[in-house]
Amino acid sequence: MKDQVLKTIARIITPFIQLYGIFIILNGHISPGGGFAGGTMIGTSLILYTLVFGVDQAKRKFSEKASAFAESGGIILYILIGVIGIVVAGHFLANKGAGFDMGTPGSLWSAGMIPLLMIAIGIKVASTFITIFHTLIEVKDA
Amino acid sequence: MKKIIRLLLFAGLLGVLVINIMNMPAILSVDAPSYNDSIDHYLEHGVEETGATSIISAILADYRSFDTLGETIVLFTAIIALLSVLKVGDSTRKEG
Repeated sequence: MKDQVLKTIARIITPFIQLYGIFIILNGHISPGGGFAGGTMIGTSLILYTLVFGVDQAKRKFSEKASAFAESGGIILYILIGVIGIVVAGHFLANKGAGFDMGTPGSLWSAGMIPLLMIAIGIKVASTFITIFHTLIEVKDA
Repeated sequence: MKKIIRLLLFAGLLGVLVINIMNMPAILSVDAPSYNDSIDHYLEHGVEETGATSIISAILADYRSFDTLGETIVLFTAIIALLSVLKVGDSTRKEG
């Protein structure tokens, strides 16, 4: 698309959408939200970038290599946090027993492994969104 | 003849279904098996056991974190299936 207004607005608004998505992910254990909602926001901001600037430029920002890294990295991070539970507490995905810092309930640094799991889910969901979109839009071009 | 037998069979199945539904506990009834102690436990001990003030996140990522791992693997499987269907055709097209 060659519309200058669209390009300018998208360039201004994309960082704010992504910042809000990160805020939702990191506050998942305090307020409504979490990895799925925040990851969706980041994914849609990348879709907006693809729609406005085209697939080729978007692929330079978020390449297939980065997508593969994020896809598998999200799950591996999740499983690694679970394996810490096996090593320390004796069962998969242990939270308090595995010695994660619980903090004071309500503060940003609290709830042990829950924020870490939310970050893993957020990475996974965002990269799934943008990878599916890129794949489908390339099929249409071909 | 075949049609009558088929109809009778389906009528019997419908009867079984209706009898089962009649015997189910009413929605929101106190005797319903889904209404058990776990809800009270989550509400009373959720904050001290998980440290999360959002009870949804506490259930999603702590009590039911294995289920959430399954959801994440569903996303992973979806994208593997999509890529394996669409990208294979892409590579053969370039070769030919």
